[in-house]
Amino acid sequence: MSDEEVDVLVIGGGNAALCAALMAREAGASVLLLEAAPKAWRGGNSQHTRNLRCMHDAPQDVLVEAYTEEEYWQDLLKVTGGLTDEHLARLVIRASSNCRDWMRRHGVHFQPPLSGALHVARTNAFFMGGGKALVNAYYRSAERLGVQIRYETPVASVELDGERFTAVHTEAGERITARSCVLAAGGFESNRAWLREAWGQNERGEWPADNFLIRGTRFNQGVLLRQMIKAGADAIGDPSQGHMVAIDARAPLFDGGICTRIDCVSLGVVVNREARRFYDEGEDFWPKRYAIWGRLVAQQPAQVAYSIIDQKAVGRFMPPVFPGTTADTLQGLAQQLGLDEPGFLRTIADYNAACRVGRFDHTALDDCHTEGLAPAKTHWARPIDTAPFYAYPLRPGITFTYLGLKVDDTAAVRFGGQPSPNLFVAGEMMAGNVLGKGYTAGVGMSIGTAFGRIAGTQAAAAALKQKESQHANA
Amino acid sequence: MQTLEALAREAVSLADGPHRVIPILSTAETEVGRQMQICNACRYCEGFCAVFPAMTRRLEFGKADIHFLANLCHNCGACLHACQYAPPHEFAVNVPQAMAQVRGQTYVDYAWPPALGVLYQRNGLTLSLALAAALVLFLAMAVAMKGSLWGAAPGGTFYSVFPHNLLVSLFGPVFLFAALALAMGVRRFWRDITPATSGAPLNAPAAAEAADAVLRLKYLDGGHGDGCHNEDDAYTLSRRRFHHLTFYGFMLCFAATSVATLYHYAFGWVAPYALPSLPKLLGVAGGISLVLGTAGLWHLNRKRHPMHGDLAQKPMDLGFIALLFLTSASGLALWLGRGTPALALLLCLHLGAVMALFATLPYGKFGHGIFRSAALLRHAIEKRLPNPIGLGAD
Repeated sequence: MSDEEVDVLVIGGGNAALCAALMAREAGASVLLLEAAPKAWRGGNSQHTRNLRCMHDAPQDVLVEAYTEEEYWQDLLKVTGGLTDEHLARLVIRASSNCRDWMRRHGVHFQPPLSGALHVARTNAFFMGGGKALVNAYYRSAERLGVQIRYETPVASVELDGERFTAVHTEAGERITARSCVLAAGGFESNRAWLREAWGQNERGEWPADNFLIRGTRFNQGVLLRQMIKAGADAIGDPSQGHMVAIDARAPLFDGGICTRIDCVSLGVVVNREARRFYDEGEDFWPKRYAIWGRLVAQQPAQVAYSIIDQKAVGRFMPPVFPGTTADTLQGLAQQLGLDEPGFLRTIADYNAACRVGRFDHTALDDCHTEGLAPAKTHWARPIDTAPFYAYPLRPGITFTYLGLKVDDTAAVRFGGQPSPNLFVAGEMMAGNVLGKGYTAGVGMSIGTAFGRIAGTQAAAAALKQKESQHANA
Repeated sequence: MQTLEALAREAVSLADGPHRVIPILSTAETEVGRQMQICNACRYCEGFCAVFPAMTRRLEFGKADIHFLANLCHNCGACLHACQYAPPHEFAVNVPQAMAQVRGQTYVDYAWPPALGVLYQRNGLTLSLALAAALVLFLAMAVAMKGSLWGAAPGGTFYSVFPHNLLVSLFGPVFLFAALALAMGVRRFWRDITPATSGAPLNAPAAAEAADAVLRLKYLDGGHGDGCHNEDDAYTLSRRRFHHLTFYGFMLCFAATSVATLYHYAFGWVAPYALPSLPKLLGVAGGISLVLGTAGLWHLNRKRHPMHGDLAQKPMDLGFIALLFLTSASGLALWLGRGTPALALLLCLHLGAVMALFATLPYGKFGHGIFRSAALLRHAIEKRLPNPIGLGAD
């Protein structure tokens, strides 16, 4: 088997790659999957995910009420500001309504939403144990079905004959041929040099991307994405766009995942290094706003900010992984943070004076707001006046990038509008077709699952067709 | 760093006066606290077991919280294999291992009398010495009383080797002491964790739920019913099933002895009982079940993923499994060999195993069932009360 040419070669080892490998294998193709990471780090960013955004017209096991195609589509339209492809988006949405039985057959378990995430009980189906449990289940199923898996096999380049895929070259120098290929190797978010280049230099002379943390895998270097674009594959998306949130500045450079998020922004104020507020912290519920704060912090001097709360907020948000900086006075807090003390005190005093406190309710868009303050805080505005005071440092945490390869509904890689007969792409490498900007929870996995399955099916069909014609010619 | 943190906590508690003494955490407890801080910010494992839902009711993890959570953990391995922060991640989260290490420490800490807690620490040695001593005791008594270990007894009655009253006088006190020691230990554990688990009193629905969790080994089902982990990331029900065989085998044997005691004292029906009798049916079924269960658990334990639990406790686990196996296998052998000249020898072997088992009951793996049941009961009580932490997102 190993000496014989494989039907379908899958490059990548996360959700999209595994979905492609499983579908291709189920379609009768022989499959070889090349994962760049060692086994302990397998699964790309999927190991950090936790749910799938699912369309459903009626309550469905762990999903309550209904989440119709139209509502899902409107949500996508809203978060992307129209930077999406309706045809592909609706394809993803519809696929999300009927993929879960297939996922279950491959060992994925779903559960009702986690505590702290009840706001997505209607829209998102949670993986029991999170994305790593899903990835483990898919690898087990793939092994059982006879998919060959090679870890620590990063691919350096794809060899093409016009639009046709012929082989890949691994970084170790091996040439591996196959009848068809699925590229599902992730975005370029772990490639700090590329991020630097994509974000460029700002008006302060800073290179903002140098201060980004990468929430996920260190293996998404974008090697093949760059090579394919160079080779003339049609690309889509802005390289500076991606899913980026504000995370704890003390998070590790890679793989900080979910736990490094800071969820108290809407309960206090956020100041930058100059001790100034810069955005309405109470604009909307935090789950609807967390995805914009990464970019907001990226625009601040030194790409750092501080979420400031007082004793009143304790216990009202998901506990942070690192303890906050604590002080009994605001002066003390400013000193510990190294902020300009008078400036910080003025910012807080101005804010406190502007607060119009009504009936505080952090579970509703309440009537506590500021008056005559710029920027305003439109909800949950209460004076920061009760010691002890806490501060959490924030930095932009990039989850994944949206620059990708343009596709149609066959997931085929295209060259000047011409689809390749045997090269397909799925996951982050093409998510930008649906997500031009913005993000909404669980949609990355919906895209990866839908297009991973399509790419696997198409790759198997292409490989088997080629095999048939080879036999016919022989 | 961790020790420094513990010292700082102590300093704070001292500064706050005698009413707010926060006990210093051990290294193992500090590690559980550190990991729970990470888990509480993630919560992906909430569906697996009782530990994570209990965790979400807390923002800080004091000594009693940690003892409670550690004994709630069944070491199923699900959260380790699903963990994005497990080694080689720098956060090095391995909840089953951290919990197991604290559990081992709680067994020592809550042993009664406290001085005997050390028996947990070199448990393989403890069990070996107990077995050797018990065997010597019975062999020596048999030789002293019968002059020989070989020779058939009329009608296969083992009271001709050791009179009933002698056996009662030997086993009765050991059994009662074991029950007392376990009760004293778990009572102190209960008192310590009660304030940390809402302080609310016991109630019937909570007791029913905890009993269900214990009797079905609910938390070895993975939360989805496919089971827990053993050697790798695949789910298996074998651990649960072999534990059931062991647990219910033990209970059947215990029931056999209890019924026989009743027969003896209430009705004057003296052992040995023939096969269709209740004690014999219970004993044989229990013995076979125990042999199968312990053999299975031994095999699974030997194949267990090395990152599950605390490797230092393997001798305790395996020693207890072996002793249960020896007890049940020797019991079955005694029944099968009752008419042969090996009766006295087999009897000594069986009684020695039983004696060693009961003498070490409060200082070995058996304790896990008692402490875990107590933790499950506190959890069932606590979870019925509203979550004290009100998260905005909910």
